Amino acid sequence: MNELEAELRRTLSSREPPISVDERFRQRALKEGLVDVAYSVFPSPIGRLLAAVTKRGLVRLAYIDGNADAVLRLLAQDVSPRLLELPAKTASVREELQQYFARERERFGISIDLSHVPGFSMRVLEATADIPYGQVLTYREVARRAGREAAVRAAGNALARNPIPIVVPCHRVVRTGGGLGGYTGGLDRKRRLLALEGVPAA
Amino acid sequence: MALPPFQEFYETNRVGVYRYLVGAIGANEAEDCLQEVFIDALRAYPRVRRDSNLRAWVMRIAQRQVIDESRRRKRRPEPTDSITERSEPLGQEPADGPFGSGLWERVRRLPPMQRGAIVHRFANDCSYAEIARTLGCTEVAARRNVHEGLKKLRAAAQAIGRGA
Repeated sequence: MNELEAELRRTLSSREPPISVDERFRQRALKEGLVDVAYSVFPSPIGRLLAAVTKRGLVRLAYIDGNADAVLRLLAQDVSPRLLELPAKTASVREELQQYFARERERFGISIDLSHVPGFSMRVLEATADIPYGQVLTYREVARRAGREAAVRAAGNALARNPIPIVVPCHRVVRTGGGLGGYTGGLDRKRRLLALEGVPAA
Repeated sequence: MALPPFQEFYETNRVGVYRYLVGAIGANEAEDCLQEVFIDALRAYPRVRRDSNLRAWVMRIAQRQVIDESRRRKRRPEPTDSITERSEPLGQEPADGPFGSGLWERVRRLPPMQRGAIVHRFANDCSYAEIARTLGCTEVAARRNVHEGLKKLRAAAQAIGRGA
């Protein structure tokens, strides 16, 4: 390679935009209303969580054991690809969760967005959202409250795909015989959440 | 194939677009322009064709921004030489290089296709196929534009007595 080409390459090859540009871009995107989904990843007593909010409310809360790419890609596909990391937009979610884990909060005040969940699943999640702190219901009872008592398996599937665990407390749904059933974040987390709320060990 | 989250798209392309902009319009304008490019991209993002090459797509947005910026600059009063000098990205364009401090300024004065081809080639190490996709020309034309551009730069360097 000749001198001129080497010089052209060398002068730009190590240039990086300053971090301040990223922040200005994020603020501008917010101001112009171009962000459909804002998210952040943060620690909690039961592992890292990702919270994502839309204009309607909390649309996703996910346990992040590895990296967040898979969760983010699904959000881009199911909700909107206009998805940006904006911790300020999830501040109230983080705060309420912190209070919940500190046993200072039994009901969440943040609004939730279930508009991307299909019909029966949405009714299952709404019925689940009404289960009071520290109490449990069976899958069958949740199916009944959602309007289809026979659809126990469908209710179980809807809960397994709950996009907003903890806040929509699917950990409060257990088997008829007293078994724990399943949980999106693993049974250990279900046990810990129930223990936190003072439910006797199942 | 679904679109990746915009955050991922941004992280993947911010450095490449920035280097292209620094090469095409200089470091001072590049920062503001970078923001404009990604705001435009975010606005249009949900409508991008799923099979698009996203890198070529955002580079074309950047090219449009560079053209707009050049027009804006022309409308401003002609700056004096000393101001031009100061507005240059002195940081990493060493004045003692064998081709002088104004190398990229001379790139910016090349005809648009040559300028574009040179910047893509040397700011981001693009292949001729990538340059062709971004500029909307053939690979042969991309190669020729780089070649012609380099020839002019060499001639200009000789004219100002390089290495003197």
